[in-house]
Amino acid sequence: MSNCKQYGTKLLAWIDERFPLTKVWNEHMAKYYAPKNFNFWYFFGSLALLVLINQIVTGIWLTMNYKPDAQLAFDSVETIMRDMEWGWLIRYMHSTGASMFFIVIYLHMFRGMMYGSFKKPRELVWLLGMSLYLALMAEAFMGYLLPWGQMSYWGANVIISLFSAIPVIGEDLATWVRGDFLVSDITLNRFFSFHVIAVPLIIVGLVFLHIVALHKVGSNNPDGIEIKEKKDKNGIPLDGVPFHPYYTVKDLFGAVVFIAICSWIIFYSPEFGGYFLEHPNFIPADPLKTPEHIAPVWYFTPFYSILRAIPSKFGGMVAMFASILILFLLPWLDRCQVKSIRYRGTIYKVALGSFVVSFIVLGYLGTIPPTPTAAFFGTFFTIVYFGFFLLMPIYTRLEVTKPVPDRVVWPPKPISAREGWLWDQGRKAIAAIKSTPVYQQADGYWQKIQEFMKNNKYLRHFL
Amino acid sequence: MNENDIDLEKRRFLTQTTVALGTAGVVFAAVPFINYLKPGAGTLEAGAPIDVDITKLEPGQMIRVEWRGQPIWILKRTDEMLETLTELEPVLADPDSDESVQPESCKNQYRSIKPEIFVAVGICTHLGCSPTYRPEVAPPDLGKDWLGGFFCPCHGSRFDLAGRVYKKVPAPTNLVVPPYWYETDTRIIVGEERT
Repeated sequence: MSNCKQYGTKLLAWIDERFPLTKVWNEHMAKYYAPKNFNFWYFFGSLALLVLINQIVTGIWLTMNYKPDAQLAFDSVETIMRDMEWGWLIRYMHSTGASMFFIVIYLHMFRGMMYGSFKKPRELVWLLGMSLYLALMAEAFMGYLLPWGQMSYWGANVIISLFSAIPVIGEDLATWVRGDFLVSDITLNRFFSFHVIAVPLIIVGLVFLHIVALHKVGSNNPDGIEIKEKKDKNGIPLDGVPFHPYYTVKDLFGAVVFIAICSWIIFYSPEFGGYFLEHPNFIPADPLKTPEHIAPVWYFTPFYSILRAIPSKFGGMVAMFASILILFLLPWLDRCQVKSIRYRGTIYKVALGSFVVSFIVLGYLGTIPPTPTAAFFGTFFTIVYFGFFLLMPIYTRLEVTKPVPDRVVWPPKPISAREGWLWDQGRKAIAAIKSTPVYQQADGYWQKIQEFMKNNKYLRHFL
Repeated sequence: MNENDIDLEKRRFLTQTTVALGTAGVVFAAVPFINYLKPGAGTLEAGAPIDVDITKLEPGQMIRVEWRGQPIWILKRTDEMLETLTELEPVLADPDSDESVQPESCKNQYRSIKPEIFVAVGICTHLGCSPTYRPEVAPPDLGKDWLGGFFCPCHGSRFDLAGRVYKKVPAPTNLVVPPYWYETDTRIIVGEERT
């Protein structure tokens, strides 16, 4: 054993002379000090990485049998689903992974907006992250064409036609993007090329830059306090803990829960009621017949609603792209000095809440047919959406903030001690659940199980 | 915090169970990815057994059919051809087919179920060329000792009319005999065995 260790040390020394392995490990894991007060919201960065790996691995496997040819594509997907052993699982891992990617990324972005993670000195982290989000949208959009179903075809058709709204060069630009006068085999082949090579390379590169930029400035935290400002005599932040093992273990736990949720979807509801895989996509692409109701996949629907809300072809396109690009400007639109929502004024909480509501409602509206009522709400929430950003320089200056503590709040406030209407409601809900006979019976069993575990040599470790 | 406050036994137990369960999880997760690489249902269907009608096969005639992308030879041997098999045994490397691949029913001198009908995969066991059928006796290019058989043009391996390899040629073993069975006297199913 000690011999083994000796050789291990020697090998490591040999490598370290030629490659900064220990240095990199320490800088980014073992001696990268992250704030000790990370909460549930901080799972989503590592989960996004996990989904990216899943997409790459399952994607490599799918590429082995997928044929980027308008004549063969649809059938080759069915071959994967029916003829290849476990092909259905690998494809559903990929399709579910795509939707989960956006869920994780949206929560990750919301975390940043909540705790001010985009603010100085983390503007580049935010910009690189936003670029990643754009690349991810391109990746998802082009990937969705590949199964060559009705939704693939008409979805791509609609989005590419957007370019034709651009004055003068529009039509030629759309033709250039398609490489044909309609979405065709040529388009499919180039989208395949972008989907499996070009965009994944960009995404992996941007992930690298995103993490390098983050580790340069250090992670933000739920209190929005710079932990680097308070260091001990060794130069270690007083409120920091080494990323490894503290957050590797925490993220591992998050990954297990996340994989359990994903497994449930993959095995029991891979189409997710037509949200993850739309029903018309099980019909092969037909350039002569548009499906009765066409909508993009759920993660694009908020922007699709904004497109529909503007009664002008060119204006709709501009509004749609603006609604995405305006997020890039967030670090400069927000004029408030306080980072975390914990210490920010009511006005920002209301604004952020309205933004979330408008995003969700616009997302829902994008999935339903355009009725007059839907159009009204679409217009209203488009205004709310843009209002959040465009009025931000004004209302964030007017904010009445609370005093920010010097150090992170530790230990975290127990739920019973937290103030505010939301927490009151939460406590009431918990109390209501605890008073039900079902809960009390379950709690009785749990007590017995705990008693048994406590007396078991091994099981006691799990308590 | 005091070093002594850490429950090292608990830490060790949890680390070990995590590693063990994590490894098991990775192994299970790898199964679909490994099995996906096996021939799919379409490939297996394309490689399904084929049936060959030999009604019109004349004595001394050989036909070639394709099974799983390989040439399958079906040769109807004459009595004179069968007599050469015993005669050639001293110059063969594996006359009893102990080292060679064939169904149990064909592990005999004729390397076939019925003596006159020879079925084989027409691929040299050396480096995968397809040997030529040379039934003539003592042609100038093969020498006066040649009693008919198969000759591989790539590296000169020689086989007798039962696909048995000669000594001192590059091919290591006799030609492979695929699994086959007679549906009727004139119909052979190549690709599966049935007794």
